[in-house]
Amino acid sequence: MPHRTFLWFILPSLLAMVLFIALPIGSVIVQSLYVEHPQVMVESESCGPFGCTSATTVDQAATRALREAHPLGRFNGLGTYLDRNHLATTEVSAAWQTATGPGDFVSRLMNLPFYKALAFTLTYTFVVTPVVILAGLAIALGVNGLPRLLRGPTIFVSLLPMIVTPLIGSLILFWMIDADGIIGATLQRIAGDPDLSLKASPALTWLTVILYGIWHQAPFAFIVFYAGLQTVPSETLEAAQIDGASRWQRIRYVVVPYMAPLAVFVTLIQLMDNFRVFEAIVGLSAAANATSLSYFIYSDLNGDTQQFGSAAATSMLTILGVAILLTPVLIRTWRDFNRKRV
Amino acid sequence: MASAANRRAPALVVLSTVLVLLWLVIAAFPFLWTLWGSFKVQGDFFSRADWMNAIWGTHTIAQTGNAFTAQGYYGAWVQEGFWRAALNTGIVVFFTVIISLTFGTLGGYALARSGYRYAFWLLMLALVFRAMPHITLVSGYLMPFFQWNLWGHLPTAIIVLVAINQPFTLWMLHSFFLNIPKDLDESAMVDGCTRFQSFWHVIVPVMWPGVITTGLFSFLLAYNDFAVTAMLLSRENQTMVPQIASFLGSTYEEGNVMFAVAAVVSATAPLFVLILFFQRQIVSGLTAGAVKG
Amino acid sequence: MTFFRLAGLTTAAALASSAAWAGCDIPGGDVRVLGNDYGSIQTLVAGAEACAGDGVTVSANLTTEHQSLQVAALTADPAQYTAAVVANSSIVPLLNNDLIRSLDDMVAQYGQDLNRNQMITIDGHVMAVAFQANAQHLFYRSDILEQVGLPVPTTYEEVLTAAQAIRDAGIMQYPFAMNTKVGWNLAEEFVNMYLGEGGQFFEPGSARVSINNAQGVAALTMLRSLMAYSNPDFLTFDSNATQALWESGQIALATLWGSRAAGILDDEGSTEEITSHTMLAAAPTVGGGSIPASTLWWDGITIAAHVPDADAEASFRAFMHAMSADYIAAHNNETVWLAPGYTPTPAAQGVFATANAGALPYPMLPYMGLLHTALGDNLSEFLQGQESAEQALADAEAAYTTAARAQGFLE
Repeated sequence: MPHRTFLWFILPSLLAMVLFIALPIGSVIVQSLYVEHPQVMVESESCGPFGCTSATTVDQAATRALREAHPLGRFNGLGTYLDRNHLATTEVSAAWQTATGPGDFVSRLMNLPFYKALAFTLTYTFVVTPVVILAGLAIALGVNGLPRLLRGPTIFVSLLPMIVTPLIGSLILFWMIDADGIIGATLQRIAGDPDLSLKASPALTWLTVILYGIWHQAPFAFIVFYAGLQTVPSETLEAAQIDGASRWQRIRYVVVPYMAPLAVFVTLIQLMDNFRVFEAIVGLSAAANATSLSYFIYSDLNGDTQQFGSAAATSMLTILGVAILLTPVLIRTWRDFNRKRV
Repeated sequence: MASAANRRAPALVVLSTVLVLLWLVIAAFPFLWTLWGSFKVQGDFFSRADWMNAIWGTHTIAQTGNAFTAQGYYGAWVQEGFWRAALNTGIVVFFTVIISLTFGTLGGYALARSGYRYAFWLLMLALVFRAMPHITLVSGYLMPFFQWNLWGHLPTAIIVLVAINQPFTLWMLHSFFLNIPKDLDESAMVDGCTRFQSFWHVIVPVMWPGVITTGLFSFLLAYNDFAVTAMLLSRENQTMVPQIASFLGSTYEEGNVMFAVAAVVSATAPLFVLILFFQRQIVSGLTAGAVKG
Repeated sequence: MTFFRLAGLTTAAALASSAAWAGCDIPGGDVRVLGNDYGSIQTLVAGAEACAGDGVTVSANLTTEHQSLQVAALTADPAQYTAAVVANSSIVPLLNNDLIRSLDDMVAQYGQDLNRNQMITIDGHVMAVAFQANAQHLFYRSDILEQVGLPVPTTYEEVLTAAQAIRDAGIMQYPFAMNTKVGWNLAEEFVNMYLGEGGQFFEPGSARVSINNAQGVAALTMLRSLMAYSNPDFLTFDSNATQALWESGQIALATLWGSRAAGILDDEGSTEEITSHTMLAAAPTVGGGSIPASTLWWDGITIAAHVPDADAEASFRAFMHAMSADYIAAHNNETVWLAPGYTPTPAAQGVFATANAGALPYPMLPYMGLLHTALGDNLSEFLQGQESAEQALADAEAAYTTAARAQGFLE
């Protein structure tokens, strides 16, 4: 396709993305490199319904002059990325030098917010992604074996976890797993432990968030794989059967290779979405034990004082993390692309 | 898959049926529970005393004289004017899907047919764009949108949702177009059509299945979105999900949780209809599309 | 501090002069309000909306996202909103960025009927007019305290004793609860407890934090002791959860928001036995301190800086109409109003008792929000027994210091 034609075709899409994603990303990068001006503070008396106190306030006149001279703030380079609330390089190297052993180093590392969040984020990503892919494939194979008439309603029910608004979906699940809720109470009965609580222990909280993630994402993998199954050519399968392949062998050597490109697509999207896990943490009130990078951004932007610089740095680190995670998948896509091109 | 290849041992049939049934229970149970509970009062559905209350409706009977009540639905739709939010969601979703798909089909087609390396890098760039957390993007929009008086209007939210949705749409449609044989449109061009004409006359008629599947995902994104719509729309333009969130109350005041539950159940209803209606296309669309990546 | 008694005194005088507010006779202007989304704010805004017509337009955007919107919305010139409804924490970013105007002239001209204590004055300028108050205070079940033969606790130490007695009597395993959900809620409990212990958050006159001290450790230790009597899920307890716990009769002692009292005392979602024995008292003191371990909150209106004077004036006057004694009296039971015309209700007595016992207002400092966020993110590990109090406080201090540097409050 000539460059000019290509440009005309891609223009609307590109324009939307440049205006509403690329430009904001650019400004976020700039923002992450700057910090606020020193705020000039003055002592003054503030009074309210409950009496007067002496308190500091920002001296508007003095601060305004600074802001007008340099609206972006003070250039800080990568300072925000390296500070304690992000990569914490100083703290990590201190911990490395003074740690009494590997265990001590890890526990000090886990005391830093970024690494604590990263630990959960990575665990979540690497558990949920493969399980979702396997579960999706298994369900797709199962549904594919059903009589044609039953497939429609089954597909429809299977999509439910994906289509119920996560905001409420997680709220209701949160209630169900409460010690007084139907799932929580049933689990207590099964375990024979009246104090069992899915919300109190760190390990069980991780498990809950991960299970919710799988439940919520499995339909996506399922629908993609199910559709994929429809295209496996029956001649190949029949040929394999005639050659004496068992059912398992047919799945392993005929179906799975056929689904490989689809698995790449699902993996790509899943890795990306799971790395940004957020709704499940808020919905299940799991932040005490499980935080993620996206949760930090939320926390930075939702306080009384919004910390844009910090949120910007965390956002860029998220993009970087996604890029690293996706690299192996992308190298594969690059090879495919070149192969097809030739 | 042909029936010949599909015939299997009874044990396997039983196993896979059990597996599917188990999955269906897991998938549907929370929703059925919600559906049932939406006809109870809060004291039952969110009972601290005994979850069996949600089944028997102890408080519901005590408060309304009947085991089922439509109070939640009445409260949400009549008292709180949820229909207005539903209407706004309808508008936002309709235009987001239409515009996303228009942009996406044109772009996806170009990416699939380009053959130059930059097409690949554009796709990569789209992935990077998709990695950006939405809340950061949205808080970045606020200042300019307020300054230029763009904030709060439905078209603003729509175009933002379209843009946020483009990377996924492009990826999906691009892989779909890869599967439509090149010969189709190229032979049309040999016959003297321009690229756009051959796209219009040859590709458009065969692309619907893929477009509808992609549309389903665009639909879900716009329908379930909270970050964009909650922050960029004013009260009178509010869509369903932020409105549902506002039913939940705050630290200060107890919310009407049952309104939210009823609203969620009703908000899911159009999705049922939609999926039942497009079910065949959803499946066949992917069949023709993303399958061969 | 007896501000509520003072409020009662001025009520009569205000009622007499409130006839002046028949109609709002505003010459014209555009009133656009941004605020949080709950009942009493909706009521207040409805009162302002009554002034619409005759050249005056009134519109409102009441949303739970108001806090994320307000700075950007008021920075625009002209500002998207002419008035913002804020609390003593959320006014801070507006002050920091110089986005709201001094109300001195307008108060002098149109606000004669307001109570003195409604004025939020900073450095001598009225920057906001408060209309309602809130505080966390003690809720207790009189029947259960009677059963164990103990008086109403006035200190958190007594709360511990009572909780142990209730547990020993086999009535409840976990009789106590407070809003300890990780994040904002948990930080608020620490702020309350720390102030009750007599702590200072910052070195005087500076943004340097100092909470890793005896009072900080004592406050955290008390929180942890209390949590031994709270359901193990306590780190997920927000206001909705604790209210549900109370209404189901699973707890007998709790520190909850005063604004929830009306909902707890009504007959919905609970039983007669529970509501009739639910009593409200001042927040307990702690560690031998003399003031309740709680903070006082107000909500008030502010007027944007970047709007035409006519709109600013129209906004202020519309709100004056909403705060008129008649209007407040007509909506008396909805909240603890600060404006004249309010007659205290039984549901308000906990907030009253707490305020009159001298609880401190939530600090209105430019950097308090940063500390609140840092506390919310760093205290849960101690409460779960994963680290020491000193370590938790040191982590919170370090997180705050880093954030405060980026925001320019610290060098």
